[in-house]
Amino acid sequence: MNIVVLMKQVPDTYAERKLNPSDNTLDREASDAVINEIDEYAIEEGLRLKEAHGGEVTILTMGPDRATESIRKALSMGADKGVHVVDEALHGSCAITTAKVLAKALGTLEYDVVIAGLEATDSRLSVVPALVAEATGLPQLSGARKVTADGSTLSIERVTETGYDVVTASTPAVLSVVEKINDPRYPSFKGIMAAKSKPVQALSLADLGLAADEVGLAAATTVVDSFEEAPPRSAGTVVKDEGTGGSAIADYLASKKLV
Amino acid sequence: MAEVLVLIDSANGTLKKSATELLTAARSLGEPSAVVIGAPGTAAAVAGQLAEYGAEKVYVAESDEFEQYLVAPKAEVLAQLAGQAGPAAILVASTPENKEIAARTAFKIGSGFLADAVEIGEGGSVTQSIFGGAVSVSARVAKGAPVISLRANSVAASPQQGAAEQVPVEVSISDAAKGAKIIDRVEEAKGSRPSLQDASVIVSGGRGVGSADNFKVVEQVADTLGAAVGASRAATDAGWVPHTMQVGQTGVTVAPQLYIALGISGAIQHRAGMQTSKTIVAVNKDPEAPIFELADFGVVGDLFQVAPQLAEEIGKRKG
Ligand SMILES: Cc1cc2nc3c(=O)[nH]c(=O)nc-3n(C[C@H](O)[C@H](O)[C@H](O)COP(=O)(O)OP(=O)(O)OC[C@H]3O[C@@H](n4cnc5c(N)ncnc54)[C@H](O)[C@@H]3O)c2cc1C
Ligand SMILES: Nc1ncnc2c1ncn2[C@@H]1O[C@H](COP(=O)(O)O)[C@@H](O)[C@H]1O
Repeated sequence: MNIVVLMKQVPDTYAERKLNPSDNTLDREASDAVINEIDEYAIEEGLRLKEAHGGEVTILTMGPDRATESIRKALSMGADKGVHVVDEALHGSCAITTAKVLAKALGTLEYDVVIAGLEATDSRLSVVPALVAEATGLPQLSGARKVTADGSTLSIERVTETGYDVVTASTPAVLSVVEKINDPRYPSFKGIMAAKSKPVQALSLADLGLAADEVGLAAATTVVDSFEEAPPRSAGTVVKDEGTGGSAIADYLASKKLV
Repeated sequence: MAEVLVLIDSANGTLKKSATELLTAARSLGEPSAVVIGAPGTAAAVAGQLAEYGAEKVYVAESDEFEQYLVAPKAEVLAQLAGQAGPAAILVASTPENKEIAARTAFKIGSGFLADAVEIGEGGSVTQSIFGGAVSVSARVAKGAPVISLRANSVAASPQQGAAEQVPVEVSISDAAKGAKIIDRVEEAKGSRPSLQDASVIVSGGRGVGSADNFKVVEQVADTLGAAVGASRAATDAGWVPHTMQVGQTGVTVAPQLYIALGISGAIQHRAGMQTSKTIVAVNKDPEAPIFELADFGVVGDLFQVAPQLAEEIGKRKG
């Protein structure tokens, strides 16, 4: 079973994130970059499927040059190879374009399952996996807290507002996972050494048969006209409970007309 | 006046609160047309309410198949209607499933998807709140009818009579859209409390609550306030409450009028789901807990002392 994991490099959420005033896009230089946390769960699930069913795990990323660091980290967890779609012209791509580019890159690979994370911490969209399914015409199995593979049938438990749905599809299909699904492994020393010699293929737009004006800021389906920093939350009041903490909250809520 | 397509969410024959908010918001952009996609009978059950909230038309796309396949068939219908109606905008409520439907619809009709709007402005431009509320962004689509998901509680719903003329939609779902088959639906959430998505007050418990049984302390506060009950991942992972109650990055994102956090430390993934709440109250025995950085009002103390007293005091005030 060959698996492609869609992994995104994102600014560290623990650091301050900024938009770039020159073109209103995310400033990817301003902060440390890490693997989108939930994508580590996608990688782990890919590795587990490989361990159970054989095959290879390929990491597919669209992102700037420095995303290779994150690909190396994924390889050190045990993935077999990396594919890095990298091109200046991709800067500022919207979700729909991102999905189209990822679908093109998937077209160069052989796979049975595509696994993504539920949501990127920078975009907070949770739609790229559904859009990749749309762009490839493959079944969408998103929001999985459990995945089972039986021959060419995939089955997931998809989390819903009231419980979960059991959803099945034939391979190839596009999955996305939530953090309940597993506990990602840490790279071992051996894994880190091995990762250094694993292949990472860089793909440019030309390699994918795409033109510069079909992607990036120029082709974005959504446009940010302006942004402003919200006034910081004014510091609240914190009191120590001396036996009347509960009534103090009730007083506060009453003063705010919340009770 | 151009139509505005509004994807309607209902359950057990009642409109979700979010649907009434969307219909209200739609009026500022054009003529609201409700789009009901579901099993046969879904539209008839909510027809009265749709009229009450100003739907001029109700597109009725009904088939058992919508319950059998995930997301893709609904996106097909919405895109088909958009092609026919030439709407000024397409509005959906910001739930995980609706966002997927909306994005796939935008892809099909060649426009763009504006996620999690907190305000809808002229011509279908939106305001979005990003980076946990630290930055407010003004955005629009580059071309075509904007497909917008609106966050719950962003607009105050107000009734306005509409004609609610029923327009049947012929449903033909492509084979490609039948790839992901729903073979079972399991309900885990129980009870009669408001849902997290709709609630204007939420009381959440975390690891500090300590056990499933102790969660009644959280529920007691919630019930005196008519609130929904939420939880941190620590509490859902421990199995004290169902995962459907998880608030946060991989749970539900909420922005109620009031959020009360009991025994929750305020990890970044939890904050991602609740930090744009209007008023935040926290009870935690650790004065260094990061949740206090967000709290408008915090009490450093034992939740088992503070919460029951709070419930009692609110009870008294309500008389
Ligand atoms: C990919 C990923 C996704 C995640 N998604 C989510 C998510 O969606 N939602 C989410 O919540 N978390 C999420 N997490 C987990 C998150 O990182 C935290 O582990 C979790 O939020 C901690 O829950 P907690 O605050 O209840 O527990 P803890 O951090 O253990 O905090 C418990 C708090 O209770 C206090 N306490 C203990 N006893 C008492 C008492 N008697 N009275 C008062 N206070 C008391 C303690 O001082 C402590 O501050 C995610 C993590 C990852 C890696
Ligand atoms: N540029 C990208 N490269 C690879 N995978 C991506 C990219 N953007 C999004 N994804 C995948 O899609 C998931 C959801 O992203 P989003 O829809 O942006 O919240 C992520 O967790 C990734 O698995």
